Amino acid sequence: MGDFLAQHGMELLVKTWEQLYISGISLGLGILVAVPLGVILTRFPRTAKVVIAIASMLQTVPSLALLALMIPLFGIGRVPAIVALFIYSLLPILRNTYIGMEDVSPVLKDSAKGMGMTAGQSIVQVELPMAMPVIMAGIRLSAVYVIAWATLASYIGAGGLGDLIFSGLNLFQPALIIGGTIPVTLLALVVDWLLGKLEKRLTPRTSRKEA
Amino acid sequence: MTTEQKPGPIVQYQDVNKVYRGGNVAVEHITLTIDQGDFVCLIGTSGSGKTTTMRMINRMLEPTGGTILFKGQDIHKQDPVALRRHIGYVIQNIGLMPHMTLYENITLVPKLLKWPEEKRRAKAEELIKMVDLPVDYLDRYPAELSGGQQQRIGVIRALAANQDLILMDEPFGALDPITRESLQDLVKNLQQKLGKTVVFVTHDMDEALKLATKIVVMDGGHIIQTATPTELLQHPATPFVRELIGEERLIQARADVTTVGAIMLKNPVSITPGKSLVEAIQLMRDRRVDTLLVVDDNGYLKGFIDIESLTRQYAKSTAVADIMQKKLFYVQESALLRDSVDRILKRGLKYVPVVDQDNKLKGIVTRAALVDMVYDTIWGDNADHDAQAPATDAEPQAGGDQNG
Repeated sequence: MGDFLAQHGMELLVKTWEQLYISGISLGLGILVAVPLGVILTRFPRTAKVVIAIASMLQTVPSLALLALMIPLFGIGRVPAIVALFIYSLLPILRNTYIGMEDVSPVLKDSAKGMGMTAGQSIVQVELPMAMPVIMAGIRLSAVYVIAWATLASYIGAGGLGDLIFSGLNLFQPALIIGGTIPVTLLALVVDWLLGKLEKRLTPRTSRKEA
Repeated sequence: MTTEQKPGPIVQYQDVNKVYRGGNVAVEHITLTIDQGDFVCLIGTSGSGKTTTMRMINRMLEPTGGTILFKGQDIHKQDPVALRRHIGYVIQNIGLMPHMTLYENITLVPKLLKWPEEKRRAKAEELIKMVDLPVDYLDRYPAELSGGQQQRIGVIRALAANQDLILMDEPFGALDPITRESLQDLVKNLQQKLGKTVVFVTHDMDEALKLATKIVVMDGGHIIQTATPTELLQHPATPFVRELIGEERLIQARADVTTVGAIMLKNPVSITPGKSLVEAIQLMRDRRVDTLLVVDDNGYLKGFIDIESLTRQYAKSTAVADIMQKKLFYVQESALLRDSVDRILKRGLKYVPVVDQDNKLKGIVTRAALVDMVYDTIWGDNADHDAQAPATDAEPQAGGDQNG
């Protein structure tokens, strides 16, 4: 253990950072696109079905294949990896945003509109806060997926902890495999925990007592 | 310019239609004027179009034909968002925002209208006191309140921006009867105290009769009758309205709204003063009565003669006018039965002549007719004499037979 860290410690830190960087940007882009798209789709239920179906289809493309498909379009390196992971992150966020917004009680929507809120005010002040727990659940799910799958991005030269794991596989060094896998798992757990904290802060209170 | 106090129309429907896509007609030919200060109850069964009619006022639904004026202005030419901020809105499921404190809920519209914080705070405190809730409740969330308390907040939220017109869509439908009644009192009080106009959708006739100054009965997308509660009970326009009111309420209300004229016997036995006593006794014998009302040639009630005075004075007098007694108790045809029945019973009279406002004889009320009235009130309309109302409930009679 000590030996391993002495030998690969620096590399481990750099690779973990790369993993986080790739996943973070993919997820961030995913949120920026999928949340507004999900909100907009609630205004067009028929289009929503089509869009969600397409997103589900993209989800079924094997991840290695999707990464490989990116190469002709974006070459190798971080950019194709980020694009592929971004596509993966879309569906859970999109679907949960859509469901969360749809599930906001029609009574509240009617009440907000009837009192004279504009559509935008209703979304920002009423519907998004009420849908927040469901949307956050989608984001957390996407985060865990993206961090795990970012490992594969090493195949197309994006770097990350996948480099360690694949070297270990090629060189028959189990220490490298385990040394790459454990940080991925820890990273996923920590990010999920942090997002859980964020979810609590973003979910509006409905009682004076802290839940 | 007319004076400001004169209540003018606040909402006018002019031949309004609403047809949904696919040709479903929700309402048709709605023409209705709602005056300032009115408490209008739209009542009907589900699917009658009452909610549609109400929701067109604040453009939650758009009419497909006709015009609606709010304070004289065509609402179609106004920004719906701005319009809604000037019309209070209370719905059945209360619709308080669960993630906002009561203060935020109450001052939601004032905030949209960009009132300064101090003004909003003052308004919220003023309003919450009006519904007998402590001021420190303002920091609570709706989930911490009972259903009745929540709807109190729902009601004052609709008043917070000084709206003149409040729309209420079955606001108390989900509440238990006791809470409902106290909220009805509250709303009626607030409405009268603050001079607001309320448009109130309900399917509960008791609620409508209690609250409304004007009841609009709707069925199948049409207005069937528009009337004050009293008029509605007195003159239900169609069998549907009768049914909606319910026979029980009509009977109970009858003593309150029935006039003496409605139950009197017409064509009472009468005689003119110039007739001879021989003719009088013959008439009595023919009609099997012991008294005769005396009217002059124009039908004015003058007095009466009875068989006793006739017997006593038969030898001395010859004309009815000679033995006629002028002092007699009579009632106006238009008098309410409620006000007359006690007097009739207390005086122990067998019958009372009924006159119109010119003192012309129109009929008589006998004690037998009063007995019928009381009987109807207690047992319902079983008796054959009342052809107007069909028999609805034969149980009391049957039960009586078994017990006897």
